[in-house]
Amino acid sequence: MTDLDEKSFTETIAKDQRIEPRDWMPDGYRRTMIRQIAQHAHSEIIGMQPEGEWITRAPSLRRKAILLAKVQDEAGHGLYLYSAAETLGADRGDLTRRLIEGRQKYSSIFNYPTLSFADVGVIGWLVDGAAICNQVPLCRSSYGPYGRAMIRICKEESFHQRQGYELLMTMMRGTPAQRDMVQDAVNRWWWPSLMMFGPPDDRSPNSAQSMAWKIKRHSNDELRQRFVDMSVPQAEALGVTLPDPELRWNDERGHWDFGPIDWSELQRVISGDGPCNAVRIANRRRADEDGAWVREAAAAHARRHQEAGA
Amino acid sequence: MSEDIKHEWPLFEVFVRAKRGLNHVHVGSLRAADHEMALHHARDLYTRRNEGVSIWVVRSDDVAASSPDEKEAFFSPSGDKVYRHPTYYSIPDSVPHI
Repeated sequence: MTDLDEKSFTETIAKDQRIEPRDWMPDGYRRTMIRQIAQHAHSEIIGMQPEGEWITRAPSLRRKAILLAKVQDEAGHGLYLYSAAETLGADRGDLTRRLIEGRQKYSSIFNYPTLSFADVGVIGWLVDGAAICNQVPLCRSSYGPYGRAMIRICKEESFHQRQGYELLMTMMRGTPAQRDMVQDAVNRWWWPSLMMFGPPDDRSPNSAQSMAWKIKRHSNDELRQRFVDMSVPQAEALGVTLPDPELRWNDERGHWDFGPIDWSELQRVISGDGPCNAVRIANRRRADEDGAWVREAAAAHARRHQEAGA
Repeated sequence: MSEDIKHEWPLFEVFVRAKRGLNHVHVGSLRAADHEMALHHARDLYTRRNEGVSIWVVRSDDVAASSPDEKEAFFSPSGDKVYRHPTYYSIPDSVPHI
């Protein structure tokens, strides 16, 4: 590195321009970017599982087709992101191994089980809704390939959220048992959704640097508040109650106040003790192992084809 | 680690023509065993919603790129050639259509 390199990097960030793959960047920036993009990619890939479990049990052909398309999108999102990580010198296969060996994390939200079909709707509405809140500002992330992947992802997430909400509206027009299923799913997913924004600002040690590098544009608490403000009227329109007795409109702040979040639960789930951590990783490992012969066979076929052609 | 990575499929860059009349634009990369598989994967990955009418795939290690370090030396010569721009030439306002 030269002083000139560092100056050019700092100026590019200051002018709100993008850093591109072959530009000089501080090691810390590269490491942070790879870690964030990889965790995000892993979350999309692991995120296929909770909903994927319902594909065979979806109640109609229409819902089955929608769910298939949605889960396929999650796979696609994971691949856009692995592609962005590879522009930083990371290797896709190596990242997968880090996930399987528990050396890299994914969003803790996917460690909760999907107990009924209403969970599919609530994941679309709340989990994808929270993801959209988080991801829209990332479209302007200082790292070019990440920002461009996020633009593509955000366009598709909007379908995810709307299909979820529509599914729930349909169930709310159904029997009392179906309405209870929706309320039960909301009760279970509301607090984990709020935790998706990460620890509170005063306990988020890496945030300041990420903000300075313009990897991150808003604080965790800011985005969490935005999500609560968006969700309250949506819950009302749907006819469900959000499981927080302290939820009330604060005229002075112009925002909804909400109750304290159980951060010890987030810690517990992140550190591996959530309801589904082990099964999620075991499934990913099995898919990788079961697919190994296909990858090898395709590579052998390509090699032979090339030799024959040469 | 490096032992395993050798078995990884090669990386391909993907370019999509969004509609007739437009250039192919770079959209990202993917892994595939060969060009044919790369095209199929590109179709599944980058055109799930009618985003394209034509796809190119190129092996990433076949792409030659200018270096950001040489940006000055590489691109600055065009900076002082203002006479290449139409606005360099002053023409009276009274002259039409020029």
